[in-house]
Amino acid sequence: MLSGAVVAVSVYLVLPTLAIIPISFSDTDFIIFPPQGFSLRWYETFFTQPAWRNAAITSFIVATLAAVLATVLGTLAALGLARLGQRLARGLGALFILPLIVPTIITAVAFYGTFSRLGMVGNVPGLVLAHTILALPFVVINVSAVMQKVDWRIVDAARSLGATPLQAFWKVTLPAIRPGVLAGAVFAFLTSFDEIVIALFISGARAVTLPVQMWSGIRFEISPVVAAASCLLLLMSCFMLTLYWLLRKDPVQ
Amino acid sequence: MRNLTGGGAWLVLPAVLLLAAFFLWPVGELVARSFRDPAGAWVHYQRIWEVPAYLRILNRTLVISAMTTVICVVLAYPLAYRLVTASPMGRAVILVCVLIPFWTNLLVRSYGWIIMLNPQGVINSALMGLGLIDEPLRLVYNTTGVLIGMSQIMLPFMILPIAAVMARLDPKVTHAARSLGATPVQAFFKVYLPLTMPGVMAGSVLVFTISLGFFVIPALLGGSREILLAQLIEFNINQVLNWGLAAALSTVLLIATLGLYWIGDRWFGLGRIWGLK
Repeated sequence: MLSGAVVAVSVYLVLPTLAIIPISFSDTDFIIFPPQGFSLRWYETFFTQPAWRNAAITSFIVATLAAVLATVLGTLAALGLARLGQRLARGLGALFILPLIVPTIITAVAFYGTFSRLGMVGNVPGLVLAHTILALPFVVINVSAVMQKVDWRIVDAARSLGATPLQAFWKVTLPAIRPGVLAGAVFAFLTSFDEIVIALFISGARAVTLPVQMWSGIRFEISPVVAAASCLLLLMSCFMLTLYWLLRKDPVQ
Repeated sequence: MRNLTGGGAWLVLPAVLLLAAFFLWPVGELVARSFRDPAGAWVHYQRIWEVPAYLRILNRTLVISAMTTVICVVLAYPLAYRLVTASPMGRAVILVCVLIPFWTNLLVRSYGWIIMLNPQGVINSALMGLGLIDEPLRLVYNTTGVLIGMSQIMLPFMILPIAAVMARLDPKVTHAARSLGATPVQAFFKVYLPLTMPGVMAGSVLVFTISLGFFVIPALLGGSREILLAQLIEFNINQVLNWGLAAALSTVLLIATLGLYWIGDRWFGLGRIWGLK
């Protein structure tokens, strides 16, 4: 009985994701199951229609910039947090996870109100800033987790052997926390690439991201091109996760 | 271990300043906006309290979140148990099933559910093909669709805290109960379930809290006339441009979320899931 329940719940978890794959190869203008015919026309539409292509490009730019910013700021923050006293570190730690706890609808409305006065609605900088803030917690959490496992006497050793603080950082600290930094960067990229609620409010008509384009695709024209876009997003998630698993291995080992 | 020498605490500053200027400030301003009305500080809150439609939406949000939480507990508990007790191979399979949806874009999953549940969708076609039903069941664009979609999205948040508590539990406690004469059912209800309750509570607070503010699933899988709190906020911003009311609704949601999170952290160790303590 237990095994039956476990299988049923597992199917419930993965089935809707898998159902998209056959639909994306269908030959009909509407969604029907089982899909009729086989064609790549919806993938062709995705790559040739300017609306879809531009949305994908915008998302890549925004996610890359947000991931870089969040990774740099988050890694520095994690390094700083570890040097603070217990109480201050705890308080700031709570601040850093706050963007994860506050419902995105509230963050979205708050950003919309403030960003519109700063001229950051409907353009890439606004999206990058918003997504950097949303991704920051993941970097801080991942780097902090790895830092707890490092024996920091290696940094003292490097310093006592004559390394400058900067050398010690590049040659000792950074390689030691590398898995956490990479995990944080992957999380940050995917957080931005997948983010919909904030983008719905602040992307405007000029900086449409892929999720926003999919949103209108799902709401207003249920065409299989959304399925093709979904499959490509699935592929990208798999690719990013594989990349992370490959990169996180310590080069020394 | 926590033995870092030298200065460098200032490294937190850039991130702290960024969060203060572009996160705390906007959210604070939104809260302030809810009180900034010529007619009085509390007018918007009064309206929320007095207009039956708003109260109905708040009530429905609470009910749907509670139902999602209960469904998740029922589905997550056996899966978490198997995750902890399975062979390494079985554990890997279950973990993949839990983490695939966790890593899949929310819109992809919503779209997947529309494909599964719509009148010409996978489930209705299968049931009609088997001759079990004559006309399609209404599974989406209503409360059923919201519950099916939300529970699936929230399941990993329930499974992982429960599994964490189960993994820490010494299996000898149930052996002891059994050897002292308890039936398997007694051993489960008197020993195992109470001892794993903290995980259930942590997961429940987490799922309920996230559900309260959920926007995407209700908007895509729900009916247009049965909206939830997050959709009401969006509606007031984008359709009727009533920022004051939207700000007041956001403040209510914010206080509820932070309050519940604080309770979950204080009593059930919810904060541990972030690993920052």
